[in-house]
Amino acid sequence: MATTLEARVQAGPGRATIHLAGDIDGGARDAFDGAYREASSSSPASLLLDFDAVDYINSTGIALIVGLLGRARADGVAVAACGLSDHYREIFEITRLSDFMSIYADEASAASSHEGSE
Amino acid sequence: MSTIAHSLRRVIFRGRTAPDVVASPPDAESAGPAAAEPSPVDIAPNDPIIAFFQSAPGAIDIEGLELESPALDQLRAAGVRLVVPLVTQGELIGLLNLGPRLSDQEYSGDDRRLLESLAAQAAPAVRVGQLVREQEAEIRSRERLDQELAVARLIQQNFLPRQVPELDGWGVAADYRPAREVGGDFYDFIDLPDGRLGIVIGDVTDKGVPAALVMAATRSVLRASAQRLLEPGAVLERVNEHLCPDIPENMFVTCLYGVLEPETGRLVFANAGHNLPVMSVDGVVSELRARGMPLGLMTGMSYEETEAVLEPGAHLLLYSDGVTEAHDASREMFGSSRLAEQMARSSDVPGGRLIGSLLDSLGRFTSGVAEQEDDITLVAIRRAGDTSTLADFTVASVQGNEREAIRKLERGLVNSTVDPARMERLKTAVGEATMNAMEHGNGFDPELPVHVRAVQADGAIRVSITDHGGARGIGDAPEPDLEAKLAGDQTPRGWGLFLIRNMVDEMHVSGDEHHHTVELVLRTDGGGSDGNDA
Repeated sequence: MATTLEARVQAGPGRATIHLAGDIDGGARDAFDGAYREASSSSPASLLLDFDAVDYINSTGIALIVGLLGRARADGVAVAACGLSDHYREIFEITRLSDFMSIYADEASAASSHEGSE
Repeated sequence: MSTIAHSLRRVIFRGRTAPDVVASPPDAESAGPAAAEPSPVDIAPNDPIIAFFQSAPGAIDIEGLELESPALDQLRAAGVRLVVPLVTQGELIGLLNLGPRLSDQEYSGDDRRLLESLAAQAAPAVRVGQLVREQEAEIRSRERLDQELAVARLIQQNFLPRQVPELDGWGVAADYRPAREVGGDFYDFIDLPDGRLGIVIGDVTDKGVPAALVMAATRSVLRASAQRLLEPGAVLERVNEHLCPDIPENMFVTCLYGVLEPETGRLVFANAGHNLPVMSVDGVVSELRARGMPLGLMTGMSYEETEAVLEPGAHLLLYSDGVTEAHDASREMFGSSRLAEQMARSSDVPGGRLIGSLLDSLGRFTSGVAEQEDDITLVAIRRAGDTSTLADFTVASVQGNEREAIRKLERGLVNSTVDPARMERLKTAVGEATMNAMEHGNGFDPELPVHVRAVQADGAIRVSITDHGGARGIGDAPEPDLEAKLAGDQTPRGWGLFLIRNMVDEMHVSGDEHHHTVELVLRTDGGGSDGNDA
């Protein structure tokens, strides 16, 4: 299945951000896993997933996010998300993903919250 | 003492209001222990002897007693000479009755004191014995009743349809709620040749096991007759002839039998004294009449047939008298006008929701009434209103093609007035159902398409997603538990069905040998989910 997701990792002080663009479905597995490996190489305290440029998430995509969240928890890395549309934010609530990661409207509010916590 | 003991008659006690005694003539006594059981002497509750014995100070010679009392006459006739009342807590609970002494001498003062002391000690013990026995009898009778009710319920449940028929363009729903004492209500659906559907509702007079057995017999004869005879009137005639010879006295069956042609909406029915069916079209409610005597009363009956046409959007309700004859706390009946009002208000909702709202309304009406008086049976049949097709297309079973299905659906629904947030939910649900169809139904075989059809009907958008996997369950995958998934105790996957269920108002699954269809319903009339009704 063709990869329809681009994942760009941006390392910052104490926090790494993965900017996601495209579709999070079965075809996104490699890009998703690769991005997590890259992001965790700098041993950040927290990880921000930026969904701003994501058009589509299906149940397989939810499973990828759950898998990443599980690994991050095992590694002791806090995970936050930003840029979700109202619809996917609702899905994060229904699936209870939002109970295990902080959800911010956009990258700026995630950043200010991160700075505030330091 | 031995003389006294020998002269003692057995005393029995039956009730608190009228103590019973047993006495036997002296000659029977003299025949020894093997003598015949003494015959009981019944004392009527209003016999003046009760008040007399209750206040009497001790042993009483009844020979010289002057009292207008039938019981006294009986005691004398039985040869009783001396009576010692058994009184405890001011209540007469029995009598010690003695015949003449074997020596033929009078009872002495010592004898009397001994007997009085015996009576004083025996009375409380006898009373305890009576209470235990009453309680045991009550428990036994309650157990027997419970057992009978369980049997009646079992018969009833085994003869009611396990599911309602699925008809294209029709919604069928039914509900049966037995009263504690289980009446004789029943309903049935019979598949007939040419796709016609037989619809039955009935009520056997009486309750419990006898009613349940008559119900089972009626249902069986009706099913057999319906396969052989076309006309509903002829079917009821046949059932009546079969029932009449064997039905227990004072029992009969009201029954309505109709034959529906789903293609045309034509309904022909005959009615053996059952509640009149109610039809509503665009909020206008009418009763459908057909004359006929209940089944099992007399042979040679004929049954009038009536024809009605259920136009698109029409609603037909069959019910038992447990609905209309339910009383509120002030003994007012629910009545057919309340039923009609509810029908008028619910003219364009699915059958299941009509039944639900009727039961809610009945529940409110009878609130404060301890127990449901009679069985309640409701059968609702609705012909779908005019439908308009919004989208009708196929996608090949290739990974990722659910996006194509979502895009095509979106194009089809471009002019619909669905709230954008709900439209997003529908898109996600259709995408997930298409993924399941491509993978689990068609095994990602590109030659096998998934058929998606969206229609607007009855205040809802209905999207059916059909694959070539044949009838199958939708699996009983456990509800995803995120904590378990994060801890590695559950696979991270398994969200598809969960998402579908949470995104739409209703989900129905159907199928045949070759196809499997999931129908997703998004209500556009502001209504919510009502379970699995069509």
